[in-house]
Amino acid sequence: MHDAPSPSEIIAAVKSFIDDAAAPQLTGHAAFHARVASNVLATLLRELEQRPAAESEEATRLRAILKAAPTTTLDAMNRDLCARIRDGEMDAATPGLFAHLKATTIAQLSIDQPNYSGLKAALS
Amino acid sequence: MSGGASQETWAFEVVDGEATHRLILRRAPGGESVARSSEAITLRTESALLACADMAGVPVPGVLGVFEPGSDVGEAFIMHRIEGETLGRKILRDDAYKTARPVLSKQCGEALAGIHAVDIDTLPELPRSDGADQIKKYENIYRDFDLPRPVFELAFAWLKANEPVPQPPVLVHGDFRLGNLIVDEQGLASVLDWELSHIGDPREDIAWICVNSWRFGQIANRVGGFGKLDELLDAYAAAGGTRFDAREIDWWETMGSLKWGIMCMIMYEAFRSGGDPSVERAAIGRRVSETEIDLLNLLEKAI
Repeated sequence: MHDAPSPSEIIAAVKSFIDDAAAPQLTGHAAFHARVASNVLATLLRELEQRPAAESEEATRLRAILKAAPTTTLDAMNRDLCARIRDGEMDAATPGLFAHLKATTIAQLSIDQPNYSGLKAALS
Repeated sequence: MSGGASQETWAFEVVDGEATHRLILRRAPGGESVARSSEAITLRTESALLACADMAGVPVPGVLGVFEPGSDVGEAFIMHRIEGETLGRKILRDDAYKTARPVLSKQCGEALAGIHAVDIDTLPELPRSDGADQIKKYENIYRDFDLPRPVFELAFAWLKANEPVPQPPVLVHGDFRLGNLIVDEQGLASVLDWELSHIGDPREDIAWICVNSWRFGQIANRVGGFGKLDELLDAYAAAGGTRFDAREIDWWETMGSLKWGIMCMIMYEAFRSGGDPSVERAAIGRRVSETEIDLLNLLEKAI
């Protein structure tokens, strides 16, 4: 298989089409949706670039906190973590837990909404 | 007009000789009220609430007439059109509101004291919902989605462990924030969007306008991105309300961020279920993480 153009190149091309060709011709609700569409494509570009490393770091932290087997999937570890917080077995005082949630949320938001004020506050 | 999530809003003018009356028609979609979310009140209840709030001195648009279901217009009411701005970013940024911004916290405190002072025995039937009810309700919604979010689990656990003693129940506006307030050059001109009104804890309204999602980037100003919480609390007490401590607002602000996060999940669910395939409903699922960072910022201070 080949990947020329790559997913990122294709998304960037579609985003340019929306921003430069389509959106200027739209009004009202359609113009609003075009702006939203352009924004989610920007999210997708950040996702392609940042998610693999962010997820791998998230999994490493979770494995340490949960003492999980190396083969446990990220989804299974997050479900396990949720169940343990819900049952009261783990809380904000659990070593590494709060720092892990903060690092994971910062990574998520850096993809989803990198300009959000709460992200800047968390990083400062 | 846009605004008002689930009702039609029409601006129109009545020309009466020399006088022109600028009015608003609030109308159920297509004239018939449909079963919406279980908590949203009907237009008839909304018009009655506006009249009660008006009597209590809260700035609201005066109601001029109510159309019953089955009338030619359908279920609807007519109110005065209040001039001013509702868009949060404009209110926080534009020069036109530079004299309004410094007085807005005080005016919001006074308006909330007025709303919370309304004799609840005079009100139409409203849903009741205090802090414990809201934890239960939003936790059920969240669990039904089966999209596990550890930050939300931590927030639920903290809210349950730190639940405050409920205040005597009052009329709660339920959505008191920039976007639902008309602001003119002098400040607060009108309180709109009473659809989520209920009987509950007064601190819910005070905290909701503090939720970072409604500060539109101006994170240092806890009240709506424009003011200090103590200014609002002082004005609230001077207008007859209880003098709450800023720390008492923290629990409800955390509840508010969690609630908004789950509301974003509800809107995304409309996309996921196929009910609303728009890109906007899909995209809002990627705003849930905004409330997660706000929750962590709040919890970090609290624990």
